[in-house]
Amino acid sequence: MNAAGPVIPNFGQGSSCETGDHVFCWDWVRAHWGDTLEPRFVEHVELTLIAVGVGFVLAFALALYAHRHRRVDQPIGLVAAAIYTIPSLAIFQILVPYFGLTTTTVEIPLVGYSLVILYPNILAGLRAAPPEVLEAARGMGLRRREVLTRVELPLALPAIVGGLRIAVVSTVSIATIASFLGEKGLGAPIFLALRDAPPFKTEIYAAGALVVGLALAFDLVLVLARRALIRWPR
Amino acid sequence: MAPAAEIVFDRVTKRYAGRDAAALQDLSFEIPAGTFCVLVGPSGGGKTTALKLVNRLVPFDSGDIRIDGRSIRDLAPVELRRGIGYVIQQVGLFPHMTVGANIETVPRLLGWSRERRAARVAELLALVGLDPADAGRYPAEFSGGQRQRVGLARALAADPPLLLMDEPFGALDPITRHRLQIEVRRLHREVAKTVIFVTHDIDEAIMMGDRIAILREGGVLAQYDTPDAILAHPADDFVAAFIGEDRALRRLALHRVGDVPLGPVRGQTPDTPRVAMSTTVRNAVSLMVETGRDAVVVVADDGAECGELTLADATRLLAA
Amino acid sequence: MIADAANAHTFLAAFGFIYHHAGFLAHKALEQLELSGAALAIGAAVALPVGIALGHLHRGSGIAIGASILGRALPIIVLIAFFLTILGFGFVNNMVALAVLATGPMLTNAYDAVDGVERDVVEAARGMGMSRAQLLTSVELPLALPLVFTGVRVAAVTVVATAPIAAIAGGGGLGDVIVNQASYRLQGVLGASICVMLLSAGVWVALLSLQRVVTPHGLATRVKHAGDERKELL
Repeated sequence: MNAAGPVIPNFGQGSSCETGDHVFCWDWVRAHWGDTLEPRFVEHVELTLIAVGVGFVLAFALALYAHRHRRVDQPIGLVAAAIYTIPSLAIFQILVPYFGLTTTTVEIPLVGYSLVILYPNILAGLRAAPPEVLEAARGMGLRRREVLTRVELPLALPAIVGGLRIAVVSTVSIATIASFLGEKGLGAPIFLALRDAPPFKTEIYAAGALVVGLALAFDLVLVLARRALIRWPR
Repeated sequence: MAPAAEIVFDRVTKRYAGRDAAALQDLSFEIPAGTFCVLVGPSGGGKTTALKLVNRLVPFDSGDIRIDGRSIRDLAPVELRRGIGYVIQQVGLFPHMTVGANIETVPRLLGWSRERRAARVAELLALVGLDPADAGRYPAEFSGGQRQRVGLARALAADPPLLLMDEPFGALDPITRHRLQIEVRRLHREVAKTVIFVTHDIDEAIMMGDRIAILREGGVLAQYDTPDAILAHPADDFVAAFIGEDRALRRLALHRVGDVPLGPVRGQTPDTPRVAMSTTVRNAVSLMVETGRDAVVVVADDGAECGELTLADATRLLAA
Repeated sequence: MIADAANAHTFLAAFGFIYHHAGFLAHKALEQLELSGAALAIGAAVALPVGIALGHLHRGSGIAIGASILGRALPIIVLIAFFLTILGFGFVNNMVALAVLATGPMLTNAYDAVDGVERDVVEAARGMGMSRAQLLTSVELPLALPLVFTGVRVAAVTVVATAPIAAIAGGGGLGDVIVNQASYRLQGVLGASICVMLLSAGVWVALLSLQRVVTPHGLATRVKHAGDERKELL
């Protein structure tokens, strides 16, 4: 870290609340917001946005391809389902020899998980357009691209936003495990607090609340986005 | 754009991959401009296939279809379709667009100005019997019959000279269906388009069509003529069975008593049934049978007697 | 190039570790399965009756959706750390944390499954004079079974794949090796990670096969695609 001081909270002098293993110490949160919680929170947001952003681009491209070429759908779906069963802690560790303790090591699995959540949702969305709507569109003389942009994509929006909600919330959650490898993200203060004996409760609760709050906040943003984007009654 | 187009099917054959029997076999017939032509027949007769060949939703193997003398192969499918209205049974309105946006789909593709589109939407909604104020609502807020009206307006949006309708009323309840049948006939008189209309319902075909093409299994044209001619002279046993044994009565239903030459009113008893000019001959005959008379008196809207229709007149009508 | 050689060597060493410590790893895997099984059983005992009851009454969709969002938003680290501060180190803490994790998918799917039984079928059963209990046991549950099982399967794989994390709070299992690079070196960490992946893939395949077997014949075509989860929330 930097010269501001040790991050380990109850190392050296702490308040009576901290040393006395009380349930929650507001003074610690106030004292360490700037050097511990806030930077970890910002890192967590970054990790999540990069993972979901990259995962979304890849999943979108894959889903468009599978939408055109129906044959590849089943194999991709199966691989995606299989990837989701890979334990996160294991995959993080397996990547370490290749990429070291870097952001890349953390982001590859996070991108992978959000990809396999988003892909089936986007594909299902693209296929949600009823056959008669597609027939009418073709019959009116819409080109393939026009059918995609004017009919299929708008009708896929509910499923795409639904997928994004699952992906974002899951990624926020899984990113905490990534902190086991490095010092990044809101998992880091929790791992640190667990090393104390007894575990430092305030840090666990504060970081935990921030993680859950972040996930719910992302979810809320997407719900609002959905409300703004999708105005037709269903 | 021409108000109506002439359509020619010229020895059209269509075979679906993996099936032995042809869907359409050597189909040839002409639809004069402005005609309401109904394709009717049992399932497997290829009537929907024949319809979808016209806007090239289904490709055909051999033969040709010409619109105003021009082969549909000479146009890109997309260009072709933008000049043809298309109405299907499930309507297929875009659920994410307002009714107005649905209707102006093709005009927008054709690059019409916003003002022109808005005016067209209002005009069309009124034409199909909806409130122009409904343009901002979504399809999900409408009933099945209203949705099909919107579908019709959408098909008419760019004023195409040809309208294809694939069992448009098949999913509606009988009352709504009947109301729409009458309105589409009225609409046809107003806009004078060429219409190709597919149904499996012979009653609907007789009621709607200027001309009827009856297709039998294997996509062979069994008969192509006016409803009256088909009912009077079915080409073969298949057509006779398809139009039903009450074809004489069905034929009488095509005529209204006001359009038939009437005899002078003879000295009948006061309880001789009286019917309005718009009554069909079929219903007049039904009334005679019911009351045990051999004549009815036809009266005008103001109550004046126009003349008398006898059972013999009706028989003569059938002999024509 | 040198790094590549080292990586290849590390992986070979990892497989060597698995080979030489097969008995030890099997023991650890069994520990992990015990923990996962106990957590799953507790989770199921809570989630399934609640989900089925709410689904039968067609009430509380908010609870089902909330469970699904919260189930994803609560990171396992936070859960483990939280219960650690209450229940202390060891098996019980981890079991409860993992059970909470398992509750989300099981409750949501059980609710969806029973709530989603076709209304026509339910009405026909009512019309034949079935009591509520008969309706539930002889119509709704059999029809809902495949989707209920999907929830159990998703929960099981999630729990098994997540269980290694429990090692940081004395949960045992293969995670003991993964989080203890100091003792087992990188080859041990990688070897155990590979074992975890095999274990969770094995559980996934086993449950998928079991689902095929237990699905009533008439419903075979309705079984949701592997890895299919709730596509859309709210």
